[in-house]
Amino acid sequence: MTKEKLVVIGNGMAPGKVLETLLEEAPDRYDIIIFNAETRVNYNRIMLSPVLTGESEFEEIVIHGDGWYIENNITLYKGHKIVEIDKTAKTVTSEHGVVQAYDKLVIATGSYPFIIPVPGHKLAGVLTFRDLDDVHAMMLAARRGGKAVVIGGGLLGLEAAAGLQIQGMDVTVLHLMPTLMERQLDESAGYLLEKELQSRGINIITKANTKEILGETKVEGVLLDDGTVLDATIVIMAVGIRPNLHLAKDSGFATERGILVDETMQTSDPDVFSVGECIQFDNRTYGLVAPLYDQAKVLGKKLAGKPTDPFVHSESATKLKVTGVNLFSAGDFASGDDRQEIVLRDAAKGVYKRLILQDDKIIGVVLYGETADGPWFYQMLKEGEDISEMRDSLIFGAAYAGGGGSDPLALVAGMSDGAEICGCNGVDKGTIVNAITKDGLCTLEEVRACTKASASCGSCSGLVEQLLALTLGDSFDASAVKPICGCSDLGHQDVRRMILSQELKSIPAIMQALEWKTSCGCAKCRPALNYYLVCAWPDEYVDDGFSRFINERVHANIQKDGTYSVIPRMWGGVTTPSELRAIADVADKFEISIVKVTGGQRIDLLGVKKEDLTAVWADLNDAGMVSGHAYAKGLRTVKTCVGTDWCRVATQDSTGLGIQLEKAMWGAWAPHKLKLAVSGCPRNCSESTCKDIGVICIDSGYELHFGGAAGMHIQGTQVLCTVGTEAEVKEHIFALTQMYREQADYLDRIYKWADKVGYDYIRSVIVEDAGARKAYSDKFLFSQTFMQDDPWKERVDGKEAHHFGAPLIPKKIAETV
Amino acid sequence: MADWYEVCGLEDVPLRGSRIVKTGEGCIALFRTADNDVFALDDKCPHKQGPLSQGIVHDRSVTCPLHGWVFSLETGQAQGADIGQVKTTPVRVIDGVVQIQLTENTAA
Ligand code: SRM
Ligand SMILES: Cc1cc2nc3c(=O)[nH]c(=O)nc-3n(C[C@H](O)[C@H](O)[C@H](O)COP(=O)(O)OP(=O)(O)OC[C@H]3O[C@@H](n4cnc5c(N)ncnc54)[C@H](O)[C@@H]3O)c2cc1C
Ligand code: SF4
Ligand code: FES
Repeated sequence: MTKEKLVVIGNGMAPGKVLETLLEEAPDRYDIIIFNAETRVNYNRIMLSPVLTGESEFEEIVIHGDGWYIENNITLYKGHKIVEIDKTAKTVTSEHGVVQAYDKLVIATGSYPFIIPVPGHKLAGVLTFRDLDDVHAMMLAARRGGKAVVIGGGLLGLEAAAGLQIQGMDVTVLHLMPTLMERQLDESAGYLLEKELQSRGINIITKANTKEILGETKVEGVLLDDGTVLDATIVIMAVGIRPNLHLAKDSGFATERGILVDETMQTSDPDVFSVGECIQFDNRTYGLVAPLYDQAKVLGKKLAGKPTDPFVHSESATKLKVTGVNLFSAGDFASGDDRQEIVLRDAAKGVYKRLILQDDKIIGVVLYGETADGPWFYQMLKEGEDISEMRDSLIFGAAYAGGGGSDPLALVAGMSDGAEICGCNGVDKGTIVNAITKDGLCTLEEVRACTKASASCGSCSGLVEQLLALTLGDSFDASAVKPICGCSDLGHQDVRRMILSQELKSIPAIMQALEWKTSCGCAKCRPALNYYLVCAWPDEYVDDGFSRFINERVHANIQKDGTYSVIPRMWGGVTTPSELRAIADVADKFEISIVKVTGGQRIDLLGVKKEDLTAVWADLNDAGMVSGHAYAKGLRTVKTCVGTDWCRVATQDSTGLGIQLEKAMWGAWAPHKLKLAVSGCPRNCSESTCKDIGVICIDSGYELHFGGAAGMHIQGTQVLCTVGTEAEVKEHIFALTQMYREQADYLDRIYKWADKVGYDYIRSVIVEDAGARKAYSDKFLFSQTFMQDDPWKERVDGKEAHHFGAPLIPKKIAETV
Repeated sequence: MADWYEVCGLEDVPLRGSRIVKTGEGCIALFRTADNDVFALDDKCPHKQGPLSQGIVHDRSVTCPLHGWVFSLETGQAQGADIGQVKTTPVRVIDGVVQIQLTENTAA
């Protein structure tokens, strides 16, 4: 039986949710074909703001990677704009001429940014803020510095302004109205926001009416109505969006301001549906994700043939995603004779809270500075709860109203099961608590993966953690957000993000910018920060030996008696008679106590006195040997077996491949030690399946493994993928290593990192996204160009001689006490 | 009887680093903090004799390289949950020269 064909036009957030719901309810019902004008997979558009600031990478905001479409048998045409819908023939036609028949059609064309048609609006340098291309265009422009003018002081305009400022531009926001975000904020909150942004160096001009964009071929300035001229190298138009209805309108569907739909998302044609920002329902259009997801769930179920509640309009809450600015608003906050308000201000703390009441119900909320109670107020607003009983203490928030004193958990404890915790993904308290108890979830990451709560903008992460604490009691360990150490409240990931977004390039710079609580850190944070800097700025950062553990500082392993052990590299575990002779000579010459074969296929010289280290290395260098980094949070060994050169069952040259990998990767610093192995066949004599990264050669090529360990924690690897050539092996391994280097917390080995972010997620990037793989691999190789100087030779040549200074002898001076 | 002994110039001790001074009663570790203060402690951890001179210096403390105990450079006291004390030696910097105070038989 052939399946019905479901065609979707547009691949934004709304249809993404439709398909998730549909696949959950009726996975096999349709052949699904998507056409998307954008040339990429489904991503979280709202997170473009942190991509612009540098706090997120595009890879992190992908909702469905390429693998998802393959897994679900969905055909995705990227970069195919649909130009015609033929309702009678039931076909759609793409601009590249693909004609596709449908049984059911979903139009999800979203919206487009409105451009004020002032003179000059077509000049090069006039940009909008809608998709990844726009973000790239802004970042590119920002690289040259210069001045940006953002027209529009709403949510999008301000997020663009904050991002461009962090990217180093001199930013002015022009806003037509007297206060910012006037659709979401009242005057007082708008004023506080304006002051905050100005104190960060963003220039804000309100009541500014743009008359013309000046310039010959590209933007040079902006002229206002009152004659003011502002210099500008780019202009961002962020004055609003318009439902993208042209395709539907031209194809004969009923439209007004948007595509008209009924409460089941059906258009004027019974086989055609529409969701997202392109629709008009009950005389309203939409611009925030939460209601779109409600629509999407209705349509997903309907397409699955399941019973569904009709879509109903509900109030949405707004937050501004500018790091450090806390604001929350929902509902209607205009004053009126039949309305009362409750206001709380704390000027010193910059806090402003206002509730608008009508008939003893909250109809509007504006919070600035302190927003923790936002969801609690919002829930009462949505449910139309009568607040007359707690009116006196209402403004102080849930902690007081619930009689719970100042216990932060009282807030979540007081919420009903239906209370929405994650606005972006529409997840309520009951669902989260249920998932925690039923599926045994213990961390924020697990709740995110399982329920999607806090997986989008992340602003409800705190609430989700409180739910974890509430549900699990003492057994909840907030390790997900454990601070890096006692010197800071920030977690590893926060610090890593800020290093990049604020371009922090030294340990003192990090400590100043991120308000370290100690003057120069501790033995926990300093090595972590030093590594993060090495990883972030391989070409610029000068390694700080005094922030490294002794072993990495002196490039040898300290032993219990204060002597050192020295392990030279033995590429892939292969040595030569002359190397062995040199090792023997060194052992004799420096009276080395013991020569031992290590578990890593090489030789350890133990009991070397610190003052002999440089001389020992000089001799080993002369015989062609370099440091084995047996001390390093970085590449250690690449174990190999004898392979096709000798072994009667080997399938590939495992020894040669191991040597190539070790030669390419030695010197690379990493969050923790990194051990590799290459086995010539599945008998696995080099124990590839318990290494951080392992290769098992097979007849048809190479099976790549990752995430193994055999220390205190024994864990077999998981398969990454199978590839056909050595070149592919290398690209995959370099890419995986670099992704790990950039993402893991310091002191997490690959398996720990993979447990946190998900093995599938790593596969989706390294295996399924060829572009990302290539980019990571290139970054690895770039970084390696600065890392492969033998640290032993450098120190023999005098680098950091102070670490090896001879003991001092005290000399008596005349004075006696 | 205690006397002052010259050991080296201030610049000879690396910032946030250390040097070892040999005395008749074992090694003393000379530390220089980020703020240019100099401290002298026995180079022997009370836990299992780790060489404190090889540890990481942070603020006015040092972390032992063997098992991570942390000691105050000012008092020699172990910090946190660990219990122990390292002997400290008086130290001063005069005209850029580091001097420590030793008794006659210690210096030998
Ligand atoms: C020398 C060697 C033992 C030997 O004589 O064979 C060794 C010696 C040490 N290992 Fe190891 N490990 C050695 C192979 C291994 C192996 C076997 C292997 O690599 O195939 C393992 C299990 C595989 C693994 O890593 O998963 C191993 C698992 C560990 C662990 C546990 C790691 C874990 O994630 O659970 C530690 C502790 C740590 O790193 O935190 C450790 C730590 C250590 C330290 C560095 C202890 C320390 O923190 O000071 C030892 C340093 C001795 C020294 O100064 O030389 N060593 N260690 C081996 C050196 C290999 C080399 O050529 O570089
Ligand atoms: C920078 C930014 C920040 C935001 N922040 C927030 C926030 O914090 N909170 C919030 O709730 N909302 C926020 N939003 C709004 C939110 O992103 C949108 O409401 C949501 O993405 C709309 O989803 P959609 O599926 O309707 O449309 P879109 O995501 O716009 O998707 C429409 C897709 O259809 C494609 N398309 C259009 N025409 C055709 C055609 N003819 N053929 C094929 N494909 C076509 C387009 O290329 C596009 O990819 C933000 C938006 C932006 C741009
Ligand atoms: S197994 Fe333990 S004792 Fe043996 S070398 Fe490794 S860390 Fe040291
Ligand atoms: S020897 Fe110093 S902590 Fe153990």
